[in-house]
Formats: sequence, C-alpha cells, structure tokens
Amino acid sequence: MTRNMELRRREFLQVLGAGGAGLVLGVIRPVPLAGQEGAFVFKPNEFIAIDRQGRVTIWVARSEMGQGARTAVPMMVAEELEADWEKITVVPALAHPTKYGSMSTGGSTTVRRGWEPLRRAGAAAREMLITAAAQYWGVDRATCKAQAGTVLHMPSGRKLDYGDLVVTASRLPVPQEVALKDPSTYRIVGSKRARLDTPEKLTGKAVFGFDFTFPGLLVAVVARSPVFGGRFRSCDAAAALQVKGVQRVVRIPSGVAVVANSTWAALQGREKLVVEWEEGEHAGLASPAIDDYFRRHSGLEGRVVREEGDFAAAAAAAPTRLQAEYSVPFIAHAPMEPMNCTADVRADRVEIHAPMQSPQGAQEAAAEITGLPLDQVHVHTTLIGGGFGRRLMNDFVEEAVHLSKALGAPVKVVWSREDDMRHGFFRPASFHRVTGLLDAGKKPVGWHHHIVAPSISVQLFGEGDGRGNPDAVDGAAQIPYRMGNIHIDYVMANTAVPVTWWRSVYNSQNAFVNECFMDEMAHAAGADPVQFRLDLLPADSRLRAVLQLAADKSEWGKSLPPGRGRGIACHACFGSFAAHCAEVEVDGSGRLRVTRYVCAIDCGQAVNPDGVKAQMEGGVIFALSAALRGQITIAKGGVVQGNYDTYEPLRINESPEILVHLVPSHLPPGGVGEPGVPPVAPALCNAIFAATGVRVRQLPVSSTSLMRSGE
Amino acid sequence: MALYKLEVNGERVTVDVDPETPLLWVLRETLGLTGTKYSCGEGVCGNCTVLMDGEAVRSCLLTAGDAVGKKILTIEGISRETDHPLLVAWREEEVSQCGYCQPGQIVAAYALLSQKPDPTDSEIDEAMSGLLCRCGTYPRIRRAIHRAAELKRRQP
Repeated sequence: MTRNMELRRREFLQVLGAGGAGLVLGVIRPVPLAGQEGAFVFKPNEFIAIDRQGRVTIWVARSEMGQGARTAVPMMVAEELEADWEKITVVPALAHPTKYGSMSTGGSTTVRRGWEPLRRAGAAAREMLITAAAQYWGVDRATCKAQAGTVLHMPSGRKLDYGDLVVTASRLPVPQEVALKDPSTYRIVGSKRARLDTPEKLTGKAVFGFDFTFPGLLVAVVARSPVFGGRFRSCDAAAALQVKGVQRVVRIPSGVAVVANSTWAALQGREKLVVEWEEGEHAGLASPAIDDYFRRHSGLEGRVVREEGDFAAAAAAAPTRLQAEYSVPFIAHAPMEPMNCTADVRADRVEIHAPMQSPQGAQEAAAEITGLPLDQVHVHTTLIGGGFGRRLMNDFVEEAVHLSKALGAPVKVVWSREDDMRHGFFRPASFHRVTGLLDAGKKPVGWHHHIVAPSISVQLFGEGDGRGNPDAVDGAAQIPYRMGNIHIDYVMANTAVPVTWWRSVYNSQNAFVNECFMDEMAHAAGADPVQFRLDLLPADSRLRAVLQLAADKSEWGKSLPPGRGRGIACHACFGSFAAHCAEVEVDGSGRLRVTRYVCAIDCGQAVNPDGVKAQMEGGVIFALSAALRGQITIAKGGVVQGNYDTYEPLRINESPEILVHLVPSHLPPGGVGEPGVPPVAPALCNAIFAATGVRVRQLPVSSTSLMRSGE
Repeated sequence: MALYKLEVNGERVTVDVDPETPLLWVLRETLGLTGTKYSCGEGVCGNCTVLMDGEAVRSCLLTAGDAVGKKILTIEGISRETDHPLLVAWREEEVSQCGYCQPGQIVAAYALLSQKPDPTDSEIDEAMSGLLCRCGTYPRIRRAIHRAAELKRRQP
C-alpha cells in the first residue's frame, strides 16, 4: 500500500516536472469524470479512460434502446483491457461526426461493427499498462501480464493496480499493432454479466428522453396535417391560448406547435386549436387503392436482381408448377416511449437531449437548421424507450430545433401516442408473387420471386442520390436454397405513406414469403418441411445447422393431437443465422393460441449470451405482434389506427413459451437485435397450416379465417 | 387551478393544478416523480400504473382529486427498499430491455403479490395482461414474479 502511494507521488512529480509533455504526447488530457472534474486520467483513445483510482470509464457511441449496447460494448472493451468489471462506468458518447465512426444504431451493428475497434482499443490500453509496470519494476515486459485491473509480474508475484500505472502509461506511445486474446482465455465476453443499465431502470430513476427536464423548460405538442403531404393553410389559436399554461402557438415546418408550461396544458391547448390544412393530392388515399396499385404494378416486368440458371426454360419443362401470392401490410414501430426531443438553441450553441438512434444525423440536421457549425451542436442521447428503427429518423429532433430557435428558449417537443401512430414512418407494405417448380422426382428445380414494394431508400433519399437500389429485395435475393433456376425481380411501387426501417427491414417481408412458400413446395412434394430444406442447403451451411438444431430441440416429427401444429422457418440476415419452430393450437371455431417457440441462433461469438437470448425472446414477441394483428390501414389520406386499442401489441397472456438455443461459436459476432424477427411470421403460418390446413398468405393472420378446412 | 392535499410515497404534499389534470402528469411534472410513464394516455398500456390504497390503478385515467384521501405509492416509493424481492427478482432474471414499461410492471406485480403471495401463471397473466411491453419481456416478467414470490416467502 505504502509502495503504491509512493509510486503515485513519484509519478505525480514526474508529470509536474514534465511540463507540457502531455500535450506533446497528445495522450494526457483531463477528462471530467463525475465528481472529479479535472482529475488526471489515462485516455489512450476515444473509448477508454482510467483514473488514478483504477476506475475505468468507457464511452458508448451507440444508443441503448433495450438491446444491451451499454453492456455489450464495455464487455468487449473490458475483455481486452483485462479490466476489473466492478470498476467500470459507462458514459454515453456525445455525438461527433468522426471520432467514434458511425454512431447509428441500426442494422444490428453495435457489436459486429464494434468487435474489432473496441477490442483493439482495450488491447492497446492493456499493452501500455503492462509496459508501464515493466518499466517501473525494471523487468522484461514478457514476464508481466494483465489481469482484472492489475499488472502481475509473474516470476515474483508482484502486482500493481491500473490506477497506479496510469501516469506512466500516459507517457508511452499508443501501440498501432496489438495482439488480441485467444477466445479460450475470455473471461468477460461470453459470460453472464448483469446489464449495467438494469438497476436504475427498476427504480424509476432512469432518465429517458421523455423524463429529461429542468426548471422552466417549456413543453410543446404539434398539430400536424391529418393527410400525408398536407400543407398548413390557416390557424385560429385564440381558444388554445386561453388554456391555462399555454404560452405561445408557433408555426414550424411540420405543423403548428402549442407551447405551454406543462405537457397537459400543451395537450389541452392543441385540442382547442383550429387548423385548416391544404389536404393536397393524397386526400383520398385509402388501403384498397394501395392494394390495387401494388397488384397493377405486379403486372410489370421487374428489375432482375438475381438470375441463376434459366427459370423460363425450367418452367416450360417442369411437370409441377406452383404459384402463390403473398402480401403484408404497413406496420408501425409503436415503441412504448413516444417521440420527444428537448432542444436549446442559442446564438452560438445548440443542446439536444433526445432518445435517438442517429445522433450524428440529429447533429447535422440541427446544424443545418441553425446555421451553426457541427462542433457547436451538442447532442446527448438519452436512454430510449424502444426504437426498432423509428428513431433513425430525426423528424422529432428537427421539430424541437425549429421551435427552440423560433422561441429563443429551451423546449421539449413531445408526441402523444396518437401522434406517434399517425405521423410516423412505417414498415412498407408489399405484394409478392412466387412460382416454384418441382421435377418429376418432386425435387425443387426453380424459384421465381416477383416483389412489388415501396423503396425505403428512394422514398427517403430520392432517386438521384445514387442509392436508388432495390433495397426491397433484401432477404429475397439471398434465398439460400440450391434449386438450380432462380429468378428474383423487383418492381418499385412507392406511395405517399411514409416508410422507414423497421426491425429487420425487408427481411421481415421476404423471409415470410420465402419460408411460407418453401413450406408450400415441401407439402406439394410430399416431403417433410425440415428435410426438404436440409436437402437444399450445403452440408457446411450455418443456416442448415440452426435449422437442424431448432428441429431437434422442438421434437420435430413427434406427432401432435388434432388442432395442434408445428411450423418451421429459418433465415440468415445481419451476419447471423436463425431458425424457429412455432407451435400453435387452433380450436374448432378458428381461435388461435401460440403455445411455444423453439429458437436456434448462430450469431458467431455471443458477447453477452443472456442478452442474445433476451433479443431472441423479444424478437419473437415483437414479430408475433405484427404477424398476428399488426396493421396500419390508410383512409382519407391518413392512418386509421391511433392508439394501442386499435394497434395492439401482444400481451403477456398471449405470450408463448420461448426457448432459445445458441450455437457455441468463436466466429466473429453477427447481429442479434434483428435476426430473430424474420423467421417468426413464417414459422407461425406454417404451424397454422400444419394444425388446420389453412394457408395464410396475407398478414396479419387476423385477416384470414382459421376454421379448419372441411369443418 | 385548485389545491389538493395528497399522500404520495408516505409524504404529504399539496399541489396546485388544474382539476382536470391527470394524476400521471401531477406525479411526473408537479412532483417530479418521472418513474411513472406516459405511453397511451387512455388506460390501455399500463405504463402509468401506480398503487392507490394498495390497488393498481392507471394514473392517466385519474385526477389529483381522485387521489385525495388515498395513499399513492409509485415506483420511487416501492424501490426505496433496494433489496425488495421484486427488484431482486427483476435483476436476477434480467427482465428489462428498454426499461420504459418496467416501473409499471413492477408496481402491478407488487399489487398482485400483496393479494396473491404465490400466483399461478394464469393469475400472473390475468393481473399483468393490462401492461404492454414492446420489447417482449413477458416470459421474464412471469419468471421474476414467481421468483419474487419465493424470495418473499423466505423473508423472516
């Protein structure tokens, strides 16, 4: 103890004596940590700081929206840093255009894109601490190793805490090349670690965007056009301004904001607001017209995105040809926490606090609105009460920035549930025609998937940005089965309904079509749906392995009583491989009960295995909500549904038993937030077919009668 | 505006609010108890659940006036006991994902366990079916309630 204190004193003197050495090295920088602003820290890179007490701060640049980013990221860093897990504090990173790379939380990328840079960041710090200890002891650094927040001199058993080494380590160059640990020596990655954000989430102390506040903060709600693309015509604000607490009524680009000293006053004020809208060309838009529009487009020749063999020739020769049409509706993200954003726009500075999945996008948007440079826009990502892709859009951030700029005061824009349901961006509806071919031996020899859907990238970014790619074929073009003749094509059919990425994006539609139609082919071939698929996948396929695992764990093939059925589906996306076996029960009146899901996932190295399981469980329930009854319908140019009574997510009493099996692996991690979603709907519909003989080809399931055929 | 004397988490407070203001906003914005969440505003999601004289109620459907003379308990009150069996069980089962709905879930589970110390799965489903969770933590909520019941039974 005395020795360590002496070391601290000596190092302290050295640093004082070194004058501006820190600046020269560019690594000694005071970083304010909670309660010790200005205290010395070792900060070898943008992700890690270690103070003299050995406390480790890790910056997390991806949003925490329930998927466990603020636990998985520090696990990756701490593994290579050989940190003491108990000494870790996580700090959400402020938005920065380049420092952390992409900060967008989408595409299931937090772990898979962080895997290399975050481990290297930890390893670099570890190597510097080892060198610092070796120098202090005057020993060969090869005789030292790092473990649990200390460096150990192996021959003598001497140990130094990281906190005692930070000053010396700060004076060393940051190594460019570092060796990463062998997976067999992992003690954090792959282990069960309590989520770091859990305790505050159970006490009500966690601050979500909706909870962020300070004295005097104004609250606003916005009246928006009930019709897509409608424009403001006129407004009578007199009655709204009479509501106690309402202070101002302000026009912003998205509508008319009622600004008040409380949320309730703002909501009441909006009730009294009379706004006239130019409804524009979409005033008559309705779901049946969109369905017709898709169907008309299905007659058009599509842009071919995959061509293998010669489908037309195979079709002419094949004795068995199956064809079916599938369709899925628009659906909403509907996270529990409605959209919100607090903005404070000053002459030389903007502060933003919001639950966002794209803080860099928010920073750019605010800079553009205010004309300030990016470094004067400070964007703080709060905890997020559910994202699912919706918060990759920054429309709610823009509203708050416009409004604060107009008011010259800080303001929090909040959305009601109805605002969220009606003025969001939706998972695109789509229409699909699939044709399958079987040869005389009932082997599949052809697959033609014709897709009609809006393009998210074109609707959001326009034709001319070079991204006008057929994004809608994701998950369809990559159909993994070897069938010889494959033809996938796409007809873009954009509508006035705003669209965006929804957990698993187009994989949610295309896996439904792929896997349901594979089931149809298997039945037409008189084959077992699992064996039928296995026969079409290469022996070393990771997808094949999870399919086999899900089948084994679900006792596939074991008979079930009448009215019950199992359905299988598998899909690869975002670098991972998942297979689900659904079990359902349908009674004589067609009432459906989903009883069980057995899930298998190969996501490579699971960083936080319990977190992977949680994402699979959550993915099943999220996707079941959509598959069973999720539907956004359009009438009079706007969204019909408004609240959870008309867009009702699954409830606990409807929630099946969910068993998750992970494939042990040390391959680089794949994504986990999204891959569990796509196989859910097809496994469900295939199980319904097994139970009833009714083939569901249109989602949600509630739109099809499940009365057993022949009853 | 009108004055209401309330008892929240064992403390007597007087609030001056519009009589129509839902209790939810009084708790969140007048008293700063933001653990009680807004999500639907019409009593279908349960995120705003608090206890009123021990009964789980939707604070978005009540006013301050409705709460006069009653004992209101929110997540902040319940979690003062950091090793409360429900919190321990919720941690052990790693229930929360985004966490937004969890205060309401815990409050509802508190009411359930005070009425049924050892609930069955179907009793849990019945008591908890009014509470939505978009992350899909239901299987873990079920497990955590059973676990909390077990921990409570073991308490002296």
